[in-house]
Amino acid sequence: MTRHETLNLRKAKIAGGVATDRRHDSAHKHVTGEAVYIDDMAEPAGTLHAYLGLSEVAHGTIRSIDLTAVESAPGVVAVLTAKDVPGVNDISPAGLHDEPILAEGDVQFLGQPVFAVIAKTREAARRACRLAKVEYEEKRALIDIADVEPQGARLVTKPLTLARGKAADAIRTAPRRIKGRMRVGGQDHFYLEGQIAFALPGEDVDVTVHSSTQHPSEVQHMVAHALGVPSHAVTVEVRRMGGGFGGKETQANLFAAIAAIAAKRTGRPVKIRPDRDDDMTATGKRHDFLIDYEVGFDEEGDILGVDFTYAARCGFSADLSGPVTDRALFHCDNAYFYPSVRAVSAPLYTNTVSNTAFRGFGGPQGMLGAERIIDEVAFALGKDPLEIRKRNFYGNGNRNVTPYHQEVEDNVVHRVVSEVEKSAGYAARRRAIAAFNAKSEIVKRGIALTPVKFGISFTATHFNQAGALVHVYTDGSVHLNHGGTEMGQGLYVKVAQVVAEEFQIDIDQVKITATTTGKVPNTSATAASSGSDLNGMAAQNGARQIKNRLIDFAAERYGVPKEQIVFLPGRVRVGNQEIPFPDLVRQAYMARVQLSAAGFYKTPKIHWDRDSGRGRPFYYFAYGAACAEVSVDTLTGEYMVERVDILHETGKSLNPAIDLGQIEGGFIQGMGWLTTEELVWDGKGRLTTHAPSTYKIPLASDRPKVFNVALADWAENAEPTIHRSKAVGEPPFMLAMSVLHALSDAVASVAGHKLCPRLDAPATPERVLMAVERLRAEA
Amino acid sequence: MTAIRNEIRFLLNGRKVALADVRPGETLLDFLRLERRLTGTKEGCAEGDCGACTVLVGRLSGGLVYEGVNACIRFLASLDGCHVVTVEHLKRADGSLHPVQQALVDFHGSQCGFCTPGFVMSLYALWMREPQPSDRAIEKALQGNLCRCTGYEPIVRAARAVSSYGEVEADPLAAERAAVVAEIEAMKDGTRVEIGAGAERLVIPAGVDDLAAVLEAEPDATIVAGATDVGLWVTKFMRDIAPAVFIGGLEELRAVLEEDGVLTVGAGVSYSEALPHLAARIPALGPLIDRVGGEQVRNMGTIGGNIANGSPIGDMPPPLIALGALLTLRKGKERRTIPLEDFFIAYGRQDRRSGEFVEAVHVPQPDAGTHFAAWKVSKRRDEDITAVLGAFNLALDADGKVAEVRIAYGGMAATPKRAAAVEAELIGKPWTAKTVERAMAAYERDFTPISDMRASAAYRMLTAKNLLKRFFLETSGAGRS
Repeated sequence: MTRHETLNLRKAKIAGGVATDRRHDSAHKHVTGEAVYIDDMAEPAGTLHAYLGLSEVAHGTIRSIDLTAVESAPGVVAVLTAKDVPGVNDISPAGLHDEPILAEGDVQFLGQPVFAVIAKTREAARRACRLAKVEYEEKRALIDIADVEPQGARLVTKPLTLARGKAADAIRTAPRRIKGRMRVGGQDHFYLEGQIAFALPGEDVDVTVHSSTQHPSEVQHMVAHALGVPSHAVTVEVRRMGGGFGGKETQANLFAAIAAIAAKRTGRPVKIRPDRDDDMTATGKRHDFLIDYEVGFDEEGDILGVDFTYAARCGFSADLSGPVTDRALFHCDNAYFYPSVRAVSAPLYTNTVSNTAFRGFGGPQGMLGAERIIDEVAFALGKDPLEIRKRNFYGNGNRNVTPYHQEVEDNVVHRVVSEVEKSAGYAARRRAIAAFNAKSEIVKRGIALTPVKFGISFTATHFNQAGALVHVYTDGSVHLNHGGTEMGQGLYVKVAQVVAEEFQIDIDQVKITATTTGKVPNTSATAASSGSDLNGMAAQNGARQIKNRLIDFAAERYGVPKEQIVFLPGRVRVGNQEIPFPDLVRQAYMARVQLSAAGFYKTPKIHWDRDSGRGRPFYYFAYGAACAEVSVDTLTGEYMVERVDILHETGKSLNPAIDLGQIEGGFIQGMGWLTTEELVWDGKGRLTTHAPSTYKIPLASDRPKVFNVALADWAENAEPTIHRSKAVGEPPFMLAMSVLHALSDAVASVAGHKLCPRLDAPATPERVLMAVERLRAEA
Repeated sequence: MTAIRNEIRFLLNGRKVALADVRPGETLLDFLRLERRLTGTKEGCAEGDCGACTVLVGRLSGGLVYEGVNACIRFLASLDGCHVVTVEHLKRADGSLHPVQQALVDFHGSQCGFCTPGFVMSLYALWMREPQPSDRAIEKALQGNLCRCTGYEPIVRAARAVSSYGEVEADPLAAERAAVVAEIEAMKDGTRVEIGAGAERLVIPAGVDDLAAVLEAEPDATIVAGATDVGLWVTKFMRDIAPAVFIGGLEELRAVLEEDGVLTVGAGVSYSEALPHLAARIPALGPLIDRVGGEQVRNMGTIGGNIANGSPIGDMPPPLIALGALLTLRKGKERRTIPLEDFFIAYGRQDRRSGEFVEAVHVPQPDAGTHFAAWKVSKRRDEDITAVLGAFNLALDADGKVAEVRIAYGGMAATPKRAAAVEAELIGKPWTAKTVERAMAAYERDFTPISDMRASAAYRMLTAKNLLKRFFLETSGAGRS
């Protein structure tokens, strides 16, 4: 026995088990620049580079494409148009056949890929693209959803209606009624690593694609369709992404397809990486919404009935707009009980890029509708919005049915909110702010405390499954693979913690390996915050299969009952003796025990009937609350976020340090969405905010000056999720609603808190100033 | 006849590099990633805004200073006589991490990791300059680095803690300072560099007189100083910039001199270099310059370039016009000096004649008792392009009446422009709220702003007026609260 193993025998605890602060598995490689992203991979000799030629008009028929000059440009090897797609020219993830890889006949948005150039260098391909002569016959383009006539509007997918009770009657008979419209802007993902794919042709019809994707299985299927080959011919691999946020759930398909088609056509490796401006122009974003609302309420501030229409700019194709707009409706309640409710989605066709998944997936936009209604009620009654919020929270055991008829069974919103109210000193600060504002003519302060209740599970029930592959080698080290992808969120380390915990071995003994369709098939996207819930369970299942075989083996070999075999840190107690884990593994191997397993998991309990609008789409809910204070300069609309207090509930966290990072990072990203991140299209349908020079995500100096973030240490998932933890990827994003509402509160102060500022998002300094001006004029 | 060299020479991570086949538009980032396979430095935006490509460039300026720059828009040719340090240079020989790296690891400062090497380099530069930085200093040092995952909090925690992981004096770049200085000095041979011909031609003049000679001979050459604008012509518009004349290394253009209350700032002085001089004499310029680009852009970009490129949204012209700055242009041996405001003729058109270049700007210090302020309004506070920038220079007479006033705006017209009608409304009037209120009506006579992705015309107009109100409140002692 080595000295190391002797030490292990005394160990009380493994390094890197669950519920410990474990750093990101690639942290060392991140800081040294040694972490390999796709563009960093060594290029085999002969590697070619592809670049996309994009449509110059928002809507039109392609009259002619003259690529002669492109073809004869220096370094150009091949040019692809729609007719060069060997299989099906479509990458619609919804299966609606509405999203060509390369435009055919019509172009439907400015920036749509029309052709691709393959050249010896990326620069040569990019330069050659500009030599193309494409003529269009322009058609009328629908750019802004505010211009779309709702009657007879073209939809990209079937809308959803959620209804419970008789909303129209409840509103009509309510003592007070308010009707209004809210505009909610979209958001670019601004993953720091842009879209990229690198395809290596194999023998026969095979191809391997390195793709920066959250959904390797879908990329595999899309590439197979595009090439007209079986899925088995396509292997898609991703070790890590430089950020995803939903922007690489379906948007990677295009680039992977082009790289693969070009690689098979030329017989050479082909890489494609668009410039940031083209990436932002040609790939989808968070949907912007127009929310029409009507609320009926009483003098106390109890909501009696609500009616919502959520119209979304979906762009030219469905992509994920169906489930995104569905999820908006699923969150039109946020944490509030509506005695009667009707909510309708309108997924509108527009001649803009096809909008897609983005952290929260419609949920944030849905919740903003709820919070706007709270604001309306509060200002109409002259009450503190927090009071209205608390009055209307879901109850425990009563008043707990959602608009989709699922009962809220795990409600902790009261506790979360009251703890933040206390830790933030809400009441005293509200008084202090009122005193400050009374004396301050130009600078106005505002405060708001907003809750989050976010439903966890893919609403398409079948996506709620996952696989993992676990090998134990004869030295006791473990190879771990699963269908989840790593985009920075720390999924890999969390799942490795689960496996380390299961075998009771140090996490260094678990090798985390790149996600690949060749090891775990038919996976779901790493999305909907589901990564740890699904893959953690699948990996645990795989590890347990092997563990059970080891237990069976040890019981037989040592003649002890199975109950007397216990996995201790680094060792296994078998009756009265302790055997180092590697020794037991070696013995099992010699006895011909299978030391590899494919783990699997499917989420229980969930079901959803979209046609009737009823079911239990969510396994559980995640909760949080944030209190934000801002100061606004009423001469320019410029503002500062002075302080934010957050309490977020992650169940029994697998890794509190990683979860804290998700909460802090999600909040700031949400704050960006609601403040400075503004997408602007000009009248021609050209996105004019297509690079960081014009599209402004938060900086370090935009952080709240005081930023207190805590995890609810008392929390535990009511459902038996992986070690009773909760999903954390998306829910904290919506804590940033507190900033929008604090700004609203500051604006409201100029009219004595009697008029609802109706501050739309993003609340840029311009929108804030204009709201101030409007309220002053109306007051 | 000037001696001519046909290669550039610089140090890369402590090793000598000599290159004879440099193209004018070749970026440092492409050289690192494609030629040298140093892939730790990332491309995030290719326009100097995200900071993922941040590297350090050491150059002799008095002593040896290392500054963070954006490799994506830094042209390779501009590195002659410099020391380029990339993230690959930080890890110690024994494999242990640099203090900045270890702090980031321990404080969970990376998530996806793509922006991380850039943050490492920016924090490295900060730590060498300021080992115990304030939060404000950290935020300022990170204005040019975008992170989309962490929300910055853990990065700031790490930045506060770097010095507890090691001392600056023990850092290799500090320890090897003398040797690097000697190597760089040995490279500086006083020659002109000429490489390539036609569409590949580039020149690095030996000095300012040589620059004047080069431009007389090649008046259509692209003058490249900090490249924070020209860089984008190449990376975004794929323009050919040959023949390109690189002036960033010309020490004579990097001088700041004071004479008779006038500060003469050489055209090659970067924002970072100009900042202490300008802020010491005109305090309002400090916070304004702090909001120009990010740290990397301020290290590269020059005051002269900000003027010469004639942008209507450059941040330096409005305050300099309000201060009554003069501009010296030079052609060959001929110099002429004009009021800065006269330089801007129309959108995209400046009073720069063929073969001429901007040599220096002369900034008079405001007289004691005058009031000066300049405010930039943008969608995001830091590292954003101006929506509206207003600069105000006011002298009151003994009766509290406006004796002299100069008001200039950026973002309100096709050029940086004085608010002549507003000024006329104010002159001779008592400096009161009523006067200011009345003057506001004159803005429509001065300006017809446009709507674009940064701001609407209405917001620009309203804000422009309100900045005058802010100026009044601050100068009349009413304060801004």
